[in-house]
Amino acid sequence: MVEPLLELRDVSAGYGEAVVLEDISLDIMDGAGLALLGRNGVGKSTLIQTIMGFTHLVKGTVHWRGEDITRLKPYQRARAGIGWIPQERDIFPSLSVEENLGVVARPGLWDRAKVFALFPRLEERRANMGNQLSGGEQQMLAIARTLMTNPSLLLLDEPLEGLAPIVVEELGRAIADMTKQGGMTLVMVEQHAEVALKMTDTAVIIERGRIAHRGRSSELIRDQATLDRFIGLNIGT
Amino acid sequence: MDPHLWLKRKGRISPYEVVFWPIVLVLPFWLFPTYLSLSSQIAITALFCISLDLILGYAGIISLGHAAFFGIGAYAAGLLSAHGWGEPLSGLAFAAVVAAFAGWIVSFMIVRVQHLALLMITLGLGFLLVELANSLGSFTGGADGLQGIDTWKLLGVWKFSFWGKTAYAYSLAVLFILFLVCRRIVRSPFGLTLEAIRENPDRTTALGAPNRAHLQKIFTLSAGIAGIAGALLAQTTETVSLESLGFQRSAEIAIMLILGGTGRLYGAILGAIIFMVARDQLAGMNPQYWYFWIGLLLMIVVLFMPRGILGGLERLAALGRRR
Repeated sequence: MVEPLLELRDVSAGYGEAVVLEDISLDIMDGAGLALLGRNGVGKSTLIQTIMGFTHLVKGTVHWRGEDITRLKPYQRARAGIGWIPQERDIFPSLSVEENLGVVARPGLWDRAKVFALFPRLEERRANMGNQLSGGEQQMLAIARTLMTNPSLLLLDEPLEGLAPIVVEELGRAIADMTKQGGMTLVMVEQHAEVALKMTDTAVIIERGRIAHRGRSSELIRDQATLDRFIGLNIGT
Repeated sequence: MDPHLWLKRKGRISPYEVVFWPIVLVLPFWLFPTYLSLSSQIAITALFCISLDLILGYAGIISLGHAAFFGIGAYAAGLLSAHGWGEPLSGLAFAAVVAAFAGWIVSFMIVRVQHLALLMITLGLGFLLVELANSLGSFTGGADGLQGIDTWKLLGVWKFSFWGKTAYAYSLAVLFILFLVCRRIVRSPFGLTLEAIRENPDRTTALGAPNRAHLQKIFTLSAGIAGIAGALLAQTTETVSLESLGFQRSAEIAIMLILGGTGRLYGAILGAIIFMVARDQLAGMNPQYWYFWIGLLLMIVVLFMPRGILGGLERLAALGRRR
């Protein structure tokens, strides 16, 4: 049997005393794409942060390539190969684009030339400070900066939120290219469910901190009843 | 391009730097030979200011008690000399190790707190050490200062004379060497990560940087350099007083850094030059109220050049280029 890249077993987690996620079990296979869907506030971002080690784990275990990483600190998980692009982007505002890319860059497939090929707009803005970029450019920089750490698993938390439709299209293409080029495993939280489902193989819907549905993305995108029930989404397929 | 190669290119010595260092070496000897003692004090203060810039300007650690390490270095070198070993270079090394060790111990506390708590801890550390040195009067000389320091000839050749030629050349050489070391560090991937930690520590953790370990390293290094600056003062003046550990020195060094501009290294040097020369001249004109002018200068700089004088000059230059 093939070992999952990331394995969550009976994970309950939250912030302080508040438990947000309950009994989450999930296998993420190497090279696969997983869409994490659900309404606002159901725990999607908390799940991403739990994988990174930023939440309080009440119970359960997290395994990475078969190794127990439950007790590892966030920076150790990042060094093991888990890359996280947060909803807030969190670029370093007074560092230039070049400098943002240089922070904690690790050797591997993705280098400066390759990320500039993926995001040509960043190359044009390479000398600009982080706070001199548009929202879309900041999101590109956040993705590019994480790519420079050469992760095996990329956790994308609402990468398209608040962006203009033309930028959504541009970024969506870049994310698809990136996963194809890097053979990268992708976990994507996205309000634009149709975009996430087209980019991934499997999908999980979270409802009130628990997994309410799991299945193939290609099937879910056609399952209007499930999408409507859990996400309130009507995809005109 | 490989990020390390890019940083290496970015760290190349600029023409301005090639001009600056020979000038500061030669100018005081030729133009102000009677001010060599002040010049060596400026070089020492600039080194101390650089040590604060490493933690404040690059890593975002605010300290109001950095003189603690300056004083530890001064007392370490002074005590070594007073107890029979006045060789200056080994004295510097000894002071660096003692101050860095103290910095390493303190760093465990420093990396766990932020903002106001950080200010209070560093302030408390300064007060604590002043009182400790005062209470150990038989050892440190207490309020009278440490007596009996005798600095031997530098490299067995150059005597520390009244005119201060050796003292200035020695202080400047140490400043230059340690400046190059610091320059290399802040333009390395480690230095870039420190700046990122200053900007957003949670994000650097998520990218794989061990924040606490990085901050501890730079704090320890900074304490060691502050200790070297203190040792230089002890060796060149052959006195160490409680004032070397005190709050006033910590506050003045912070003022110099803010005046010159944080996070630039050269800002620390410029701030030290401006402050020390202004103090010398203003105190000569009005010994009682010279701080009035320093206060005014600080307010003007902070209001009109929030990134310090060097930051303001950079902004002006950028505006000029755009036109």
